[in-house]
Order: sequence, then structure tokens, then C-alpha cells
Amino acid sequence: MPTETPPLIEVSDVSVRLGGQEVLKHVDLNIHAGEIVTLIGPNGAGKTTLLRVVLGLLNPTRGRVMCRRGVTFGYVPQRFAIDPTLPMTVRRFLSLPKRRSRTDIENALEEVGAGYTIDRELQALSGGEFQRVMLARGLLRRPDVLVLDEPLQGVDVGGQIALFDLIGRLRRAHGFAVLMVSHDLHLVMSSTDHVVCLNHHVCCHGEPEAVSRHPEYRELFGRDAGRALAIYHHAHDHGHDAHGNVVPLNRDGTPQRKTGSERE
Amino acid sequence: MMLEAEFLQRALLAGLGIAVVAGPLGCFVVWRRMAYFGTSLAHNAFLGIALGILLGIDPMFGIAAAAVAVALMLVFLQRQRRLADDTLLGILAHGGMALGLVAISFLEGVRVDLLTYLFGDVLAVGWGDLGWIYGAGAAMLAGLVPLWRPLLMISVHPELAAAEGIPVLPVRLAFMLMLAILVAIAMKVVGILLIVSMLIIPAAAARRFSSTPEAMAVSAVGAGVVAVVGGLFASIQWDLPSGPAMVVCATVLFSLSLVAGEFAKRA
Repeated sequence: MPTETPPLIEVSDVSVRLGGQEVLKHVDLNIHAGEIVTLIGPNGAGKTTLLRVVLGLLNPTRGRVMCRRGVTFGYVPQRFAIDPTLPMTVRRFLSLPKRRSRTDIENALEEVGAGYTIDRELQALSGGEFQRVMLARGLLRRPDVLVLDEPLQGVDVGGQIALFDLIGRLRRAHGFAVLMVSHDLHLVMSSTDHVVCLNHHVCCHGEPEAVSRHPEYRELFGRDAGRALAIYHHAHDHGHDAHGNVVPLNRDGTPQRKTGSERE
Repeated sequence: MMLEAEFLQRALLAGLGIAVVAGPLGCFVVWRRMAYFGTSLAHNAFLGIALGILLGIDPMFGIAAAAVAVALMLVFLQRQRRLADDTLLGILAHGGMALGLVAISFLEGVRVDLLTYLFGDVLAVGWGDLGWIYGAGAAMLAGLVPLWRPLLMISVHPELAAAEGIPVLPVRLAFMLMLAILVAIAMKVVGILLIVSMLIIPAAAARRFSSTPEAMAVSAVGAGVVAVVGGLFASIQWDLPSGPAMVVCATVLFSLSLVAGEFAKRA
């Protein structure tokens, strides 16, 4: 995405080792003001780790993350359960840790279509309601970047489209950038500016159309994922083994397997 | 009236002081599922007792030191992510306790009445002990005020709290140190084996009647006070060990809260 202004967040050459495993390898990622960037990739590909690095929750082993001065994050973590022994209404939750006025909270909840939940206990919310409350929490922080980790998890299919539309609407109304992890390829492809396909390293990235045609993307998600959009072949130069390591391709386009002699 | 005896007044004051501090701290122990952490602190009291005797100071200070050491060690060990928290706590709890018992056996010429430490002896609480209970208790409650909202946020979701700028590690450490000190000052009242029960049972009993975290903390204090008063009177009336009597009283309160909760649901 060609943009004149420097990015809000610039991740350059970030590698992360966790427990002896290299979870991220030489990852570059830019997030510009107002754009929606979606991370896709198989389970265990390091998507959440990358979010944590961007949020400053985890220091990269190598590389660095530059944020424009004064960037505020809103964060919606993966669906989580709150201990049932903790009495916590939606209003109280949105008023933590900083006190917020009832009007501010009501307005934020109305904007995400969850005004009626204000006096409910958090534990009693459905998946969709919970995510909306989390979005309202993000809005209250007036973020420059809203970071969402699998926002559609635990939301029924009908609700998923509505929630995705809502995220897009909020982005337009408030002008914040969105960085999210998602599994739902069809939804991602239809409502994202920039897709980053991650499998420990950045496999491919670009506009959704281009990524969906990328052979690596199709290799990771299966041919059907690509069939949802037009299939388009173009040159690609590497494949992956089971650990996500980059390996050269065979003539037929399948990744080469390491032979015993090549192993260290 | 039996409260005319000064030792009974002291016992009552000591129990009430502990109940007031244990109420809000206990709520966080329940919300954050730290019961086993409390147990680990208490187990390490044996190490603290040995330390106290060795240095010739009140075991209470030794226990506080041992508990603080366990809290710091846990935070340190959690940085390596290979072993689960409860495994780490198990190692710290039992390793520390065993080390303490071995150390005590080496102390020649000192007869240590372990039973007193295990079950407490609230009737033997002196004015000096009371001073410590109320001094440390007041300091902890004062410290809890600014920590309250950050701690609540961490109880909801630690990563979310960190992403929103709460200094999670210092807040967690402060809370762990408070628990460590509470274990030390509560040891004389209910004893090592039963300290955790004074944290979690009143809080658990308060849950059904509370719609906010603050209400639950206040109700937990109330339940703790009833348990202390009831347990003390029962112990005098029927010559029961006072620490266990208080815990039995708290447990009865918890059971009643379950029954009352069921009725409230049906009504």
C-alpha cells in the first residue's frame, strides 16, 4: 500500500525465540494510520506473538518495533473467561482501571450496539456481546491502533459478518488503524486493506486479492481457500517444511523435504 | 461476662484485625486463583520459624522473611516457562517446609512446640503481637487503596492490563508481599495450617451476596468477623482449639451462603 506518510508502527526484522523455539523470524510489518491489517496463518505460526511484540508486551530477541510518538493502543485479546467468583458488570469493567462517566460508557456501548448490556455481569454475555463490549472498551481509549486477536472466536456465523462490518464502520468513524489476527479467510479477504500471511516468517503480504492468489497462501490454507477468489499463478521461490522453515521447491511446486544427510 | 479477661480481649482484637485485612486480600486470592500460593507461603513458615530461632528473633519476622523470599522466588521462576505455576509452587512449598523442619531438628537444646505454630494460639496473643497485627494491617489496607483498581484489572486479564499501561509486575509483587506479611501476622491467630482458610472461606461465602468487587470485599470482612467472634466464643464455651473453631465457623457460614443462594435462586 503506497503511502507518503511514515507508518504509525514499523516492525523491522523482528525475531523472537520462546523456550528454544524460533517463533518469529525476520518479520517486517508496517501499519499506517487508518488501515486494516490482518494477520493470517496456521495455528502456532506466531500471530499472537507478533501482536504481543507490537503491543510492547514481549521484547523481541532481535529487531525492533518503532511506534510514532504518543500512539495509543486499544487491545481486544483472544476470547477469555473471567473467574466466576469476580462480580463485575459491564459498566464496572469499562470503568477500570480509569474511572469513566456513565454517559461515556453508555455512548461507547451504544456505538457498538451493546447498550443493553451495561448492567449485565461480564460472565453472562454471549460471545458476540462480549466482543462488542471489548470493542467499546477499545473505543473509550480513543486508540490510534486497535489490536484484535481473533475477534470472531466464539461468535456465531451470523454474528461474525455483523461484527466484521462493525469493525469496519468504527474504523471509518474514528479513523484508527486496525491490526487483527483472523482465521476466517473469506471475511478477511473481503474487508481488509492489507493481508499478512505469517508462518513464523512473513510468507507473503499485500492486498487481499494478491495474497489469495499467492501459492504459499494456497499451500498453507489449501486450494479451496484460493478458489473463493480467482486462481492466479505466479512465480514463487520457496516452500515450507513442517516447522515452517523455508525450503526450496521441487519442480512440481511442492516443498522439498530435507534428506537425512542435510540434517544437523 | 467472659470478655472481662484481658487475654480474651486481646484474642478477640487479634482475630478481628486479621479478619479485616484478610477480607479484601482473600477476595483477590479467590479471584486470581492463588489459594495454592497462600498455602506455599504458609508451608514455608517452618523455614521462617527455624530462621527466627536461629537468629534469636520473634519467629513472626522469620516467617515474614521466608514468605517474602518465596514470593520473590516464584516471580523469578515464572520467567522460565517450562514448568506450570502449581508445579513451581509445589516445589517451593514442600521444599521450603522440609528444609525448615530439617533445620529445626538441628537446633540443639531448643524444644519447639510445632503444634502451636500449626494451629495457632490466639489466647496467648500479647499486646506486642496486637501492635504488629494492627500496625501491619493498617499499612496493608492503606497500600491496598491505590492498588485496588490495577489489581482488579489484572484479575480480569493480566495481558490486557499490561497493554493498557498498568505496571503488572510491581502491582503483583506488592500484592504477594502483602499476602506474605498477612501470613506472618496471622500465624498466631489461626496457625500455619489454617491461614489460607481465613483468606478464601469468608470471600467464597461473600460471593453470592455481592454484585460488585467492593461489596464482596466488605461482605468477606463481615463473614470473617462473624467467624472470629463465633469461633472464639465456641472455643471458650466448649473448650475447643480456637483457630480450628474459627475456621469451622467460617465453613458453616459458607455452607449457609450456599443454601441461602439456592433459595434466592428459586424464589
